[in-house]
Amino acid sequence: MAPTPEAVEQRLRERFPDVAFRRQEGAAVRDHTVYLPADRLVEVCTFLRDDPGLDFAMLTWVGGVDWLPREPRFDVVYHLLSLSKNLRFVLKVSVADENPRVPTVSGVWPTANWHERETFDFYGIRFTGHPDLTRILLPDDWEGWPLRKDSPLGYQEVAFTHNTPNRSVPAPDLERLAPKKVTYRAH
Amino acid sequence: MTLNMGPQHPSTHGVLRVVLELDGETVIRAKPIIGYLHTGMEKQAEYKTYTQSIPQTDRMDYLAPLSNNLALCLAAEKLLGIEAPARAQAIRVLLTELTRISSHCVWLGTHALDIGAMTVFFYCFREREKVLSIYDMVCGARMTASYFRVGGLASDIPEGLLDKCQKFVDEMPAHVDEYEALLSRNPIWLARTEGVAPLSTAAALALGATGPTLRGSGVNWDLRKAQPYCGYDGYDFQVPVEKGCDAYARYKVRVAEMRQSTRIADQAIRRVRELSPGDYRLRDFKYVLPPKEEVKTSMEALIHHFKIVAHGFFPPVGEAYAAIEAPKGELGFYFVSDGTPRPWRMKVRSPSFVNLQTLPTMIEGRLVADVITAIGSLDIVLGEIDR
Repeated sequence: MAPTPEAVEQRLRERFPDVAFRRQEGAAVRDHTVYLPADRLVEVCTFLRDDPGLDFAMLTWVGGVDWLPREPRFDVVYHLLSLSKNLRFVLKVSVADENPRVPTVSGVWPTANWHERETFDFYGIRFTGHPDLTRILLPDDWEGWPLRKDSPLGYQEVAFTHNTPNRSVPAPDLERLAPKKVTYRAH
Repeated sequence: MTLNMGPQHPSTHGVLRVVLELDGETVIRAKPIIGYLHTGMEKQAEYKTYTQSIPQTDRMDYLAPLSNNLALCLAAEKLLGIEAPARAQAIRVLLTELTRISSHCVWLGTHALDIGAMTVFFYCFREREKVLSIYDMVCGARMTASYFRVGGLASDIPEGLLDKCQKFVDEMPAHVDEYEALLSRNPIWLARTEGVAPLSTAAALALGATGPTLRGSGVNWDLRKAQPYCGYDGYDFQVPVEKGCDAYARYKVRVAEMRQSTRIADQAIRRVRELSPGDYRLRDFKYVLPPKEEVKTSMEALIHHFKIVAHGFFPPVGEAYAAIEAPKGELGFYFVSDGTPRPWRMKVRSPSFVNLQTLPTMIEGRLVADVITAIGSLDIVLGEIDR
């Protein structure tokens, strides 16, 4: 008999009595979602992955949600999947606006690497211990965090070098670009 | 030596860039760089109603537009707590299975072309064209279909569509035989794919691969079987799984899937014929547009029409994630609703994005020529990766 998400939550509460788990309330919260504090995330995730009765071998995705003006402002959502038990489970971590940081779970599931980079890219949430926390979808020199609710949606002037004071492109290396002398060999 | 492959390289299937660190012809380290096609669809969705986001999804995985439509609609339906009528579900199954065939045709044609077998490309695109003409008949567009709606379909299927689909489904197995005759025992094909781009079962799971990439690594996991949607539990089909863990195994899985998809489509056609005609959309006018004929004759229908077109529907406060087995893997949409007609957050879990992460594992320590095979065998679409 496959465990239910309720049973998974129960199991977590038994295994980690000192962690403040909180079930997300709401009639239209269609997937069983549990909030937990960020500092115990890696520990709980490792347990969820390694416990043979749960076996959450796959992290389906990680994403962020900006709840401006709520405090704490951000949620980071982790959708887990257990293939052997055919079960999904959702974990959430709330993060404050000031210097948002969450420990990385890329050590538990390597797939988290890109998902966390994407969340960083969109929301500016830093994943501590992440091996390569850089922008992934946006250009490296992009300023701001586009999926934050206070980030504007278009209608601004496009940033070029001529209208943005600090934006610059490196001068081309003319010597390297100069055409080389080519000698043709007769066949 | 550091070699920059892409973003304009023809075999990177769009605008993928891979930075390769080479020692001679051997890849020491590989780093995929993405984002050249990023259009901020998730941000845009927060400023559109749920229905207005459907045309956006066509442009994600542009080889399988209807699969994307379906995933969005299912997520919104889950949030609303509604379900499309059985006949609409059967039409959805029929069209998404044809989509899977057409997507796999493009994959096989381009993958073979990358490796050097040119003929397959023409054969595959011939069949893909037939699916596109079916789309054309259904909704007037060859590629950007936008045919599914929350609660059902945009309109009823036109007359003669099922016959056209039936003809295609009857012919398709013979065409798959043709592809297999060209490739499955072709020594060049075998040399280029067998043992190439290996991905162990453990690595595939850890890196979150789904779809044929996962099934080619010996994991029997298909959302149509495991977590059925649209009544897939009522169809008789098998999930092809290969234990080869290489590019050839992924090829075998996808080719077998094309055959299974024709079986499912055949059953779906029969089911659509059996079910009462005209039942293509839910009659819950708080969320779903009333049929146009009623708008012209009924006052209530006109009011509902006006309300939904002007505001969109009002979902409850909450959130939902629904996933489907798209041609490339698990495609999921996550909606967070604050009770307004526009989603507070739309997150797309795109299979290509996650599957591409397995690329460095497949090619490190191997030859540059195998990079092309690896990218081809992953079946990525950059529109979906960058979104």
